[in-house]
Amino acid sequence: MTFASMSFALALEIVLAAVVLTGAVWTVASRETLPAVAGFVAYGLLLSLVWVRLGAPDVALTEAAIGSGLTGALLVGAAARLRSGEEQIVMERPGMVLRVLATMLSTTVAAALAASVLLLPDPAPTLAPAAAENAVATSLGNPVTNVLMAFRAMDTMLEKIVLLLALIGVWSLTPDRFWGGRPGPRHHADPQGVLAFVARVLPPVGIIVGIYILWTSADHPGGAFQGGTILAAMWLLVMMAGLADTPPVSERRPRLLLLAGPMVFLIVGLGGLAFGDAFLAYPMAYAKLLILTIEFAMILTIAVTLGLLVAGPPERECGS
Amino acid sequence: MSFALDIVTIAAVSAGAFFFLAGTVGLLRFPDTLTRLHALTKADNLGLGLMVLGLLPRTESLRDGIKLICVWVIVLLAGATVSQLIAYAARREGSRQ
Repeated sequence: MTFASMSFALALEIVLAAVVLTGAVWTVASRETLPAVAGFVAYGLLLSLVWVRLGAPDVALTEAAIGSGLTGALLVGAAARLRSGEEQIVMERPGMVLRVLATMLSTTVAAALAASVLLLPDPAPTLAPAAAENAVATSLGNPVTNVLMAFRAMDTMLEKIVLLLALIGVWSLTPDRFWGGRPGPRHHADPQGVLAFVARVLPPVGIIVGIYILWTSADHPGGAFQGGTILAAMWLLVMMAGLADTPPVSERRPRLLLLAGPMVFLIVGLGGLAFGDAFLAYPMAYAKLLILTIEFAMILTIAVTLGLLVAGPPERECGS
Repeated sequence: MSFALDIVTIAAVSAGAFFFLAGTVGLLRFPDTLTRLHALTKADNLGLGLMVLGLLPRTESLRDGIKLICVWVIVLLAGATVSQLIAYAARREGSRQ
């Protein structure tokens, strides 16, 4: 690399970092909810470019899909719900003591984060060589998938269970009379309109892209989480265009899909305990097959969970 | 041959960057929602299209090239849809006032 192209790359990185920081400050400083959400989505997309520059395309994909896309959709929904009380919220200023306490808390957290980054030993402790050395054990080419699905599979499994707990949290906000009903409002769009058209044209493409991102994660950046988010987005598109309704939360099929990922993970894990050395120990010969089985169960669970998280708690009876 | 391809890349990516710049200036300067949307579509359609065209000679395989074109086509579809929806919403809000 020549000096000119190196300094060009450096200039690009400085500009990128400055824009990301500006986006972050703007999001925090914004007094209104919707502009703050828009700022947050833009910030997430720019942050994914930072991850690309750092050579972490897997993280970049997750940041774009979850950090920016799905969280953005959740926040837009929250902002729409808060709209009626927005003026009151803006008018209301917390008391002096509360503001001082909040400032102290956020300063302490920021200082602790900065200290832990700055005080890292140089070179930073890493398990990357160990992960690369043992990559043959799974016959997968992507080291990130190796870590997520084999070396630290327990963390990934618990993460799926946390996701399920989050959905139970959302459902627990259901008013008693709607329990067992359908989540969210029934969306109506012009059946001849542009939204209904896209909701018919895009999902076949999106479903292929979502599954491709899972399939390619064996050797390239991708994964069940990123692919599952795309599937969830396609489902939400169909629901928002009014082509399909959300399933009642009492229905058996979505519940089985919600459990598929963690259950398959647990069964494979217990199989490792019964036939192998430890919980979640895969026999070498079947490692890839088992990992793919778990991932395909997981992508369904992730798609349904994320879709239902965005749809919100039940607010209608089954029939309506 | 590679020199000619370099020229194609430089010309197309520069033209794409110009349309992105023009679209952004329009988004900031135009007076109302509909004209701003009009400016934005220039960045989406032409800007990204020219960028993709300029990057095609850089791809290592046919597969990568097809992926790039798919990205452009999907952005076209998404951009056109969102513009229509925002325009509908803007018109409804305008007629209410």
